[in-house]
Amino acid sequence: MTSLWPRIEPLLAKVQKPARYIGCEDGVQAPTHGPSKVAWLLVYPDAYEIGLPNQGLQILYEILNERDDALAERSYAPWVDMEALMRERRVPLFSVDTHQPAGAFDLLAFNLSAELVYTNLLNCIDLAGVPVRAVERGPEHPLVCAGGHCTFNPEPLADFVDFFVIGDGEEAVSDVTEVVREWKASGRTEGSRQAVLRELSHIPGVYVPSMYHVEYDGPAGPLVSVTPRYPDVPERVEKRTIADLNDWPYPKQQLVPLTEVVHDRLNVEIFRGCTRGCRFCQAGMITRPVRERSNEQVRTMVSDGLKRTGYDEVSLTSLSSADYSGIEDVVGGIINDPMCQGSVGVSLPSLRVDAYTVGIAAQIAKVRRTGLTFAPEGGTWRMRQVINKLIEEDDLFGAVESAFSQGWNRVKLYFLTGLPTETDEDTLGIAELARKCAEVGRRHTNRVTVSASVGGFVPKPQTPFQWFGQNTAAELQRKVNLLRDATRKERGVQLKWHDPRATLAEGIASRGDRRLGPVIEDVWRHGGTFQEWSEHFDLSLWEDAMARRGLSIDWFVHRHRTEDEVLPWDHVSAGLHKDFLWQDWQDALAASGLEDCRWTPCYDCGACTGYGIEHVVGSPVPPAGGSQGTGVRVPVTLGRLP
Amino acid sequence: MRFSKVGKVRWTSHRDVARMWERAFRRIDLRLAWTEGFSPRPKVSFGLALPTGAESVAEYLDVELADGAQPDVAALPGRLSAALPAGIDVLAAAVCEERGSLQEIVTSCRWEMEAAGTGVDALTARIAHVLAADSLVVTRERKGQPVTDDVRPAILSLAALGAGESGALLECELATLTRGLRPSELLAALDPQLEAASVRRTHQWIQRDGAKREPIPLPATAAPHAERAS
Repeated sequence: MTSLWPRIEPLLAKVQKPARYIGCEDGVQAPTHGPSKVAWLLVYPDAYEIGLPNQGLQILYEILNERDDALAERSYAPWVDMEALMRERRVPLFSVDTHQPAGAFDLLAFNLSAELVYTNLLNCIDLAGVPVRAVERGPEHPLVCAGGHCTFNPEPLADFVDFFVIGDGEEAVSDVTEVVREWKASGRTEGSRQAVLRELSHIPGVYVPSMYHVEYDGPAGPLVSVTPRYPDVPERVEKRTIADLNDWPYPKQQLVPLTEVVHDRLNVEIFRGCTRGCRFCQAGMITRPVRERSNEQVRTMVSDGLKRTGYDEVSLTSLSSADYSGIEDVVGGIINDPMCQGSVGVSLPSLRVDAYTVGIAAQIAKVRRTGLTFAPEGGTWRMRQVINKLIEEDDLFGAVESAFSQGWNRVKLYFLTGLPTETDEDTLGIAELARKCAEVGRRHTNRVTVSASVGGFVPKPQTPFQWFGQNTAAELQRKVNLLRDATRKERGVQLKWHDPRATLAEGIASRGDRRLGPVIEDVWRHGGTFQEWSEHFDLSLWEDAMARRGLSIDWFVHRHRTEDEVLPWDHVSAGLHKDFLWQDWQDALAASGLEDCRWTPCYDCGACTGYGIEHVVGSPVPPAGGSQGTGVRVPVTLGRLP
Repeated sequence: MRFSKVGKVRWTSHRDVARMWERAFRRIDLRLAWTEGFSPRPKVSFGLALPTGAESVAEYLDVELADGAQPDVAALPGRLSAALPAGIDVLAAAVCEERGSLQEIVTSCRWEMEAAGTGVDALTARIAHVLAADSLVVTRERKGQPVTDDVRPAILSLAALGAGESGALLECELATLTRGLRPSELLAALDPQLEAASVRRTHQWIQRDGAKREPIPLPATAAPHAERAS
């Protein structure tokens, strides 16, 4: 195969940030293509600086390149200036590793971390020179597949993606490689595409949408059923789950980019899964059970990684890093390591809210003081019981007190608005909480800033809130305005909010069925790429596309679903029993909390029992801390029904 | 330290290169002096920024070592090159006795360029015209503002070298001080139609007290062009 580099290079002087397209990262691989190797192009359908740090993609990149019968390269969505030049000069989508044309790979594998990138996925397929609709592809075209959190509702992309891999990809990519290797060896003959897809549908965790028949009650009516077309195709696709993270110490050679990217530091995943049980959180629901990496392996990955990369910051990643067994020892070990000369910073994303956690943060701040962010999510205790984010006010004030007394003068708080049963009192509770935090801070310093970021809530598939009708953009804007008025004169409180129109578009893409496919294609055909970026986002493209297809935004986004309704993603399973989710939804409406099952008896959500696996947790006791840590039974109060 | 920036890596920015160096110093565990203050930084100073996309065999940076750090200077180029990306190689290292930032002491740079879309004859004629003139007034952008001034004094030498792959080759020496002149601005001043197919910095010169020298000369590049300055 020949490199496209001589055709790419002349474009680079004419685009912003040309380093997005050169590859050359430390850790880049230059695999040799050949007939005996299945060639994967791993595509992150957003800008390079967003996609490069993605750990899932990097893990698969290494696993595939370690195989004798596979290779992997990477690609990212070219920015709009580059895309225009590529189309003008007929340069197809290319890999950044050895600059091969995308169409020459056997698989285009997309990572889907956010719904608003769906139009970029279509654009990348098109730039690869591959028909965007799966049904129009022949044996000469690569297979198009996708993985990542969004694939827990694969239906909006069913028209464009040949197959999805649901859940952890570490093992599944090898299974897929073996099937595709046979297809490649057989010469990818005419008509063989359907056969290889059917073969792929037998792999656990693989969902092939074309193998299912979908029935609706009228063109804009409810979904009636999704049924396999063939007896050998599973009725329900169960997600893949790796049992032990210690078997997968990846990435071993984390890519170090030459240009600026987000999360530009060493990242070490300390555990996967979360059982805090926050009801709005899709990540926490679909990645169960908790699987911790051993302290020893974390330490090795950190010290080897720092030495190899030259980074001076490491992030210990997970969905709730302070919950990791032995977090204090691990953090202490890093910052006191003589090799690090006391100059390595540690960042802990997704901090629990309590003074204990701030204690760890203060230990880290001896090296480098970074921002401190807490996510109470709800403005009142009642609201937090509804969403099962069981942070009592005293925990938050304790955390804030501890932060301001130890030298911070700026604290960020994350909130959601538009949550189930939310009243104006709950919404205004956000402003009240921020005000009280600033007050606590002023006891210690005069330069207090409490910034409250408010996001509009989008109900996600496979969560207890999947039945909830999302607030309209107008209602979200009204709530933002309430908060703006309430905080305008508040000293030390800064309010930031997410555009309610983008929340609406995300809602359209999140819980749709296959009828959303033509809508996404319509938005893309009207130029709607990079919808994650405010400078390119355009809600009217989405509204017009829905109208042209005769689909109601109200029906798809704002309507409350009923218990007996067939949901578009019911045939894809994250292991959670549907009756567990429904019961949790009813508990939410009653403002009743549910404890973390790592340290209290199992309530059988289905994630462990269904797959015969268990939590892998280093410590049998919960971490010290406030109500989120101690596992004490939280008071249950009666809430209002919606 | 004198280093090169050639190949694909030339599409990275000046800031990107600064970060590569910081990682490289940590990789080889070279102990640097740090600034004081709220967010301490290692004491590293880079010379004149190279435009993104241009190559160079004459980039420089000064580093201040931590007290007591006594690395084997002769071994540094090899160790650092191994810790830097492909295309960035340390060509030489020397102990620097004098103080003063590279940006302040370098007075001119020599460049080799290929101008696309022109023949050698047309370019030669255009160069002769510019060199014969007393002034060359151009309007260019500085800090987001259009600025008009005479750039003729900044052109210390300029000559066509012959035909290239996609146009004509030229070499020039351009002054860096006061406002200086960038290679892309020189091409635009010669003819707004010209586009740079390639740009390479070959030398940075310090002119002082009638003598002209490089911060760190390389055996192969030492001074044959020195006399050519007009």
